Order: sequence, then C-alpha cells, then structure tokens
Amino acid sequence: MSNQYRQPDGGLIDRSQLIEFRFNGKSYQGYRGDSLAAALLANGVCLTARSFKYHRPRGIIGAGYEEPASLVELVGDEESGNQPITRVMIRPGLSARSVNCWPSPQFDLMAVNQLFARLLPAAFYYKTFKWPHWKLYEPSIRRAAGLATAPARCLHRGHYETRHAHCDVLIAGAGPAGLLAALHAGRSGARVILADDGVEPGGSLLNQRVTVDNKSARAWIDAVVAELDALPGFTRLAEASVWAYREDNLLMINQRTPREDSIFQRGWRVRAKRVVIACGALERNLVFANNDRPGVMLASAVQAYLNRFAVRPGRRAVVFTNNSGAYAVAADLRANGIDVAAMVDSRARIDAALRDGLAGTPLFANHVIETTHGRGRVNGVTLRDNASGEKRRLDCDLVVVSGGWNPNLHLFSQARGRLEWNAEIASYSAAEAIQQCLCIGAAASHFTLSQVFADALARAQELLTALEIDAPQAGNPPQCDAEVDYAIEPLWHVAGDQRLAAKSFIDVQNDVTLADVQLAIREGFGTVEHVKRYTTAGMGIDQGKTGNLNVVGAIAGATGATPAEIGTTTFRSPYVPIEFGVLTGIREESVYLPYRHTPLTAWHKASGACIYEAGARWRRPGYYPQAGESFQQTVNRESLAVREGVGVYDGAPLGKFEIKGRDAARFLDTLYTNRFANLQRGRGRYGIMLSDDGMILDDGVSFKLADHHYLMSTSTGNADRINQHMEFFLQTHRPDWQVRITTVTTQWANATLCGPRARELAQLLAPGADLSNEALPFMAMLETEVAGIPARICRVSFTGELSFEINVWSRHFASLWERIMAAGETFGIMPIGSEANHVLRVEKGFLSLGHEVDGTADPYDLGLGWIMSDKPDYLGKRAVQIRRAGGEPRRELVGLLIEDPQRLVEESAPITPQGRREASEGFVSACVWSVVQQRSIALALLLDGRQRIGETVYIRMQDEVIRAEVTRPCFHDPDGKRLRG
Amino acid sequence: MLNINCPFCGARNESEFIHGGALKPRRSETPQELDDDAWIDYLTVPPNPIGPLEERWWHVRGCGKWFTLCRDTLTHQILQPGDDQA
Repeated sequence: MSNQYRQPDGGLIDRSQLIEFRFNGKSYQGYRGDSLAAALLANGVCLTARSFKYHRPRGIIGAGYEEPASLVELVGDEESGNQPITRVMIRPGLSARSVNCWPSPQFDLMAVNQLFARLLPAAFYYKTFKWPHWKLYEPSIRRAAGLATAPARCLHRGHYETRHAHCDVLIAGAGPAGLLAALHAGRSGARVILADDGVEPGGSLLNQRVTVDNKSARAWIDAVVAELDALPGFTRLAEASVWAYREDNLLMINQRTPREDSIFQRGWRVRAKRVVIACGALERNLVFANNDRPGVMLASAVQAYLNRFAVRPGRRAVVFTNNSGAYAVAADLRANGIDVAAMVDSRARIDAALRDGLAGTPLFANHVIETTHGRGRVNGVTLRDNASGEKRRLDCDLVVVSGGWNPNLHLFSQARGRLEWNAEIASYSAAEAIQQCLCIGAAASHFTLSQVFADALARAQELLTALEIDAPQAGNPPQCDAEVDYAIEPLWHVAGDQRLAAKSFIDVQNDVTLADVQLAIREGFGTVEHVKRYTTAGMGIDQGKTGNLNVVGAIAGATGATPAEIGTTTFRSPYVPIEFGVLTGIREESVYLPYRHTPLTAWHKASGACIYEAGARWRRPGYYPQAGESFQQTVNRESLAVREGVGVYDGAPLGKFEIKGRDAARFLDTLYTNRFANLQRGRGRYGIMLSDDGMILDDGVSFKLADHHYLMSTSTGNADRINQHMEFFLQTHRPDWQVRITTVTTQWANATLCGPRARELAQLLAPGADLSNEALPFMAMLETEVAGIPARICRVSFTGELSFEINVWSRHFASLWERIMAAGETFGIMPIGSEANHVLRVEKGFLSLGHEVDGTADPYDLGLGWIMSDKPDYLGKRAVQIRRAGGEPRRELVGLLIEDPQRLVEESAPITPQGRREASEGFVSACVWSVVQQRSIALALLLDGRQRIGETVYIRMQDEVIRAEVTRPCFHDPDGKRLRG
Repeated sequence: MLNINCPFCGARNESEFIHGGALKPRRSETPQELDDDAWIDYLTVPPNPIGPLEERWWHVRGCGKWFTLCRDTLTHQILQPGDDQA
C-alpha cells in the first residue's frame, strides 16, 4: 500500500501531481513538492543508508541540508553522487541509490565492520595496519573508504554560467526575517537581491503551524512574494545557495535551477553595499547511546515532515529535549494523530506554560534517554532519572530529539565577524562584524517569531538609513501567535560509561562517537581544531552542522574549559556542497587561457606542422613532418637545411618593447649586465638581464633606433614578466627617470632566414638594399623594403648560422612569408620549427632559459663572464659578487660526448660521482643528435666543469650508468665565423 | 576577490591587478657602498607584519599604473585606498 504514512490532507505538496520514482531499485509514489526523504517516509521506508565507517543502519535525521545520515547517488541522466536525501526533490524518472552499502542498506555485506568497531576508533590508521607494511592494507582500505562513486561520464545537458551583479542590499535567506527585511528594503526602491536555498520561499514558516497577521503562514508568504516580484530593482533567486562570503562584500551564489533549459546551473558573483544574513538557526542533535538508529529524528525535521509534507514519521513517539522549542513539536505530533508516549526533558524545572500545554502527554522532567533499542528501526528507549538513576523502558517507533538551536553564523564568520559565547541560548552569537554585514532574525539569536519580525524590521530600517535611502515608515511588524520564550539548559551529552560513550554519535556522518572525542583529548589533541582533525568530526559533507557544538561541549566536559574559551573551528566555504562547474562557469581551457597565434598559424597547420605550446600560451610549430619521415628524420632534415642551405622560421612571438625617453640609455645600462649607453644608431647588442638577487632573468638583443629610442627584444615566454619587471623598477624605484615603454610584441612579426645561402636569398628579396657584410655587419639593422614590404632587417643569429631577421608589421607578415617561400623554392628553402632550433643552438652551446638557465646559474657559470661589465652598478651585480665571494665550487656549463655516440640521454639526467647513488654533481641540460657531428651531443652543468675538460663523468639513470667525456660547450664553429660572415 | 581602488580607474576587481610585494625603500643607486648584510637584508627580508602593511599593486589589466595601498594582513581590509604617489 503506497503512502500509508501520508496524512489525508494538509501540507504544502501538490496532491494533483502523483510522481513515480525509484529508490534502490524499487518503485514508489509521491507528490510534487516532496523531497525524496519525505516521499520515502510517506511510504514507510525508514532504513535508507549505512554509515561511513561502521556500516551501521541509518535513517533520515533532518529535513534539509543539515541532514547528516542519508546520502544518495542519482543514476541515469542525472548521474551524480553524495546528495543528501533531504535535498533531492522527486520528479518523474528519478532513480536514486543509497551510497556506501552493497547490495542494499537492508542487507549490507560491509556491515561486518561493526564487529571490528573496537579496532577502528578515530585515527586508527595511524596506529594499526602497519606490519609488515602499510601498503599491504592500503588497497583494501581505500576501496572501502569513500561514499558515492564518481559519475562515469560528463553531463552533456547544458552548461554552467557565471553572472556578475551589483546591488545595494543582498539578503541571504527568505525566511520570516529575510522576507520582511526584503519587503521593507524593496519598497524603498533600493536595489535588492534576495537569495534563498529552498525550493520555495518561507524558510521556517513552511514547517510550522502558525498564523501571521491572522492568515496562514503560507498566505502571508505568498502575498509578500507577490509584492516583491513586482518591484522594480528587486531580484529574487530561489533554490540559490549563498555559499561563500569573500572580501569587500563579494558573495558567491549558486542558482541550482535557472529557468533557461540550456543552463545547467548559474553561479552569481555579487558585490553588495550591505549584506543581510537571514540564514536562520540550525537545530543540534543530542548525544546518547545509539542515537543514530533509524527512527531518531531532529524535532525541527519531524515538524517539517508533519506540516509541510503531511507525512507521519511514525506511530508512537518519545520526545527528548533540553529546551522549550520541542514542546510545539509535541503538540504538532498530537494534532496529527501520533501517540506521544513521553516528553523527556533533561531540565529539572520546566516553564508552567509548557507543562500546561502537554495535554495528557506524560512529562519526565530531569530525565534523559540512555539508549535506544531495535534492529533496523527504533522500537523502544531506556529512560534514566537524573536524580535517582532509576531506569525504565518505553516502546516507541519514533524518537524526536532537540539539543537546542544554533544561530546560523557560517556566512558571518566567513566574513570574519567575531563570535561570542551566549550563555542564555547556550550557543555562539554574532558579535562585531568586520565587513558591511549584519545578522537578523534567528541568525541574530532571536528565537520567537514575534522577536524575529521585530528585529528584521528594525534592522532593515537602520540599514536604509545607513545607505541614505529614503524609506517609507516601517509600520508594525506582523502579528503572531502567542509563544513561550526560548529557554535551554545545555546537555552536551548523556553521561554514561565507556561502553555507552562508544555508541553515542557526535558526528553521525563520519561515525565519530563521544568516546572518540574523549580519546583525542586523552592523547593530547585537546584544542577544537585538533579534535576536529584527529576524529574527523565536522569534516563530512554536512560540515557537522548538527554536531559541532556538541564537540565543543564534549571538550568542555573533558578539559574543564568553557565554550567561550574553546571557541569554534574555522568556518570555510562552500556552505553547502557545490559542483566544480559552478566555479568555472564557461571558463574551460581555451576560454580561460586563450592561445596566442601568429599570423601564420593557418599556414603552419596547412603545411602539416606539429604545433606546440611554446611559453606564454603561444602556439608555435615544433616541426614539419613530411610523408614517411620519423621524428628524428624530420628534425635532422630541417637542421641540415640551416647548416647547409637556407631555412626560415616564424619568430613573431618574440617579446619586443620600444623604450624611449631622456633616461632610456641609463635604464638599459641598469637592466643589462653589459653596456648599452655606448651603442651606435642602427646597431644591436646581445645582453643578459639579472634579477636584483643575481639570477638570470632573460636574454635578448636590443637595438638603438635613434637617440633616446631603443628596441628591446626578450624571450617569448618571458615577455610579460620582463614588462612587469621594467615597469615595476621604473614606477616604484625610479619615478624621477623619464622612460616610456611600449609593448610592440604583436605589432611586429619576423621571418628569420638562416643558413649559408641566407644572404643570397635576402638580397633577391631586397634588391634595392646592400646586404653585404661591410654594409650590414653582424648585429646591425637596416630599414628597407623586402619583397615590396616596408621592413627592418636585423643581423641576429640564434642558430649560429648567417641570419637575416626580417621584421615587418604583423598585417604584412603572411604576404612576406609567401614571397619568401616562393623566392626560396629554387634554394630548397625549408620552414623549420622549434625542435630544429633547439638542435642548432645546442650545437653552438647557446644558452636557453629553462635548460641551462635553471635559476641557480649566473653568467660566469655559463661561460659568459665577458658580459659582466665593470659598470659600477647594474641589477644583480652586487648579489652575484656576494654569492661568489665564498669561493664555493660552482656548477659550470660544459659539453658532453656520450661514450656511445648513438645514445641520447634525457634532459635533467643527474651526473653523480662515479655513477653512485648519491648527491649529484651536475645534470644534463640538453641532449640532441648533432647533424654536423653526426653523433649525439649534450650540454650539462657540472661542478667545476671548466677544470674537468677531458675527464670522464657518469650519468646516473634509474637502472644504468652512462659514461661521457667532458668537452667545451660548443660543437660547431666555435669562433663564430659563420654568423659573422 | 578584493575590491581595489586604482588611483586612475577607481574601484576594480582584484583580478585586474598583480601584487608587487611589500613597499621597500628606493633601490639604492650605489649598492656597492653598502655592506653585504645590509644588501642581503634589503633583497631578502621584506616587511612582514601582522596588521597594516604598505604594498605595491600593478593595474596590469587596466591603466598599467603601479601604486601603493595599505592593507591589513589579518583582516584583509584595505585601510588606505590607492594614492597617486609612485
């Protein structure tokens, strides 16, 4: 019989829409508006989960996101894991499964863990499963750990969107306080955003039998919402969790069900002038033996199931409380025909009004529940008299617990607001805020509806005044039913022996018992942050919302400290679990970090190039394979073309900066280690830049274009960093210097012709220019026309061959390249990529950032002492001196000839003394097949390398030792005749 | 995500800026006249208080200006908005 626990009428569900859904393979029916938890309870399903560690049977404890016990995974189209059973709304086609149990919660094979409970206390994995080796047990333990399985495939239905917004007031929570504050603020014309986590607005009002202004709560909510939705400048977000409070009033909101079909979830990033925290309060659990048995539920949850979902969670209930709030729930139980066998109140003195309202329900004041009984579901409890110790057993199938209420201070605390212990409510209250925010209603520790309304109205009024917004008169807060003021006497846990403590659950989700917390304190982990990490209490998906304060109470009990002294753990976002897609929005790889392309990317691809990412997101060709070639054959072919004929490469991504101003020369002299002030017009110079602490920052060639006007080039990958370095130095340390820097990296593109026949080809393309060695020597620059295009030709060489770098404006680059390829056809010109460039520079021993320049080598180490001029000062000079003053041995650049000339070795392979497994004395920085030497060659940094030319060294690989001979770090044209020709 | 006041552009999101470390005295023109310890301290020991700290920020995705602001390292509040001084 379906829905046998459903009331015939009442509730806020839509009984006209019957929905079929599946749970653990069985079919059930519920109504639209039901959560999965409510629908299952209506069908009498009580055992819905198995616990994380011990696999104890578990049921449903809460009604919202505070639910600690039952998680489900959704299967089918909506595959996703670890959803609290109370947060999933039923819809046609829904299919859900309990996590962490197999084959079912009713019969779970892993329940065997319960037999070993005594061997598995908190932090057992630090103490056990060690002999003979942890790795023996690790695979089984890892398989047993965890909750839901990760979905096997990505959702392809819709995408995640991000929206940015500003407002005057952001209100988090649309309960009674939030709605009233929104109404008042909205009527004033302020820009207001109201975000509420629930499927429908109303918060706690949805769960209680109360009247507001002599109407049903539902009617009041509907009227307010209707007025709000019609206000201009007002935005209402439903099913939207405010999950993070960041600096300067930036709030993150996750809108779970946007109207648009194509958008799966929408993340909002809102800057608000003021934030109103109307997040209400959360009820905490009570800690006693077997308080996790299915059928034990929070009082506020029972109230929600009765009033909102018209579900009877049981037939015969015992209520256990330490505060006044549970008495209204007892009244609701009776009103729904549930037999209330007892009201068990741990307090000795009970307010007369509460006693009078019990209407025949037996009251057990100054009593506690010691334990529950039953298999798979509660069937009774044992009470204990605090005064006499006398025990008695009562039958029941529902235990309704209330440990008191905690103002929901999560967001307030994320905003670094101070919390202080409030003895009157036995919980923490909001004290001073640091950011522009305030708490209202239950979040501000007001626990009766009339107090909530009065507070919300008063705070909203103050807020508008602070924002200097004219507001209409506030009027009176809505009328409420008569209520008894909230009163509580804290009961952090029911006292008992070790056996009972080991079954008293403080954190239900992570299977943390009172005994575990006491163990942590005995072992010296007594601060609240240590207890959390030692026991994992509060580290579950529910973040310990129903149990964290009981942990504080347990620490207080064991150490004698007060809760005020103990404090809370740090509140961290997200407040509720969110999906990764919410964080990224549509910013996945190519959008978030777009690639940079030269004007020739299409040409490179059409020519079959294999495209690499070459630093700073530039896409550059690695090599251009032809049919039938292996990788090595391609690279050899391209390298040989440069050594013997002519090659061309796309140098457009090179960093370029125009530097102008009265102090430009002085500036370059400070940045570079060598002199630039004496550079002639039309000439360039290779320079190295150091950071002020003496490490090589970059290298490149800078040209003097005119007096006070230079063109600097940097490496491709470092261009942005050098820009920052230069601007920082000028604006921060030399604001009195007149220097202006303009980035022209993408304004100029260059094609570099390199090889013995480069001049021939260049002359063909620029017949009007004199490109002889006399007219245009090495490191000179010429402005002329190349193939009819205005160009600058620079004689720089990174390959060690005769080179002409032809610079044109980017919009002419494709034309230039085509003309070069056409004219170069008879020369057998070949485009070359970064792989061939690498081979060519290794043969010459030219340094490369990231290879030889590894952040520890200075120019002396790399054999570039000649570049460290005797200028009195430049960036890094002093630091290099200080570092070298100790006379310690340094790693120096050398070449290596591997004993086996066919053998290539990986970059960064360590060189160790005699090849022993010990601290290295150097490493291989590059190793390639040399086309000029027809054998493998390598560069390395080696301790005292320059003194060890001719020695044999040992490269230590994982399983072998490779011998190599130390040589000078140059394998081709050591005098540089070819590039200066 | 701080809301940072650029002296030229006004209040902008932190993502438009790059942080440039604590404000240090002007880099000497003649470090060769300082002793080793003083120079090493200048390079490697920046101010690092719990509390207000003057630091440099660069509006890289905006006007390109480097400016100084004062931020409380504990509460993250910006105590003085960016000024025009270099």
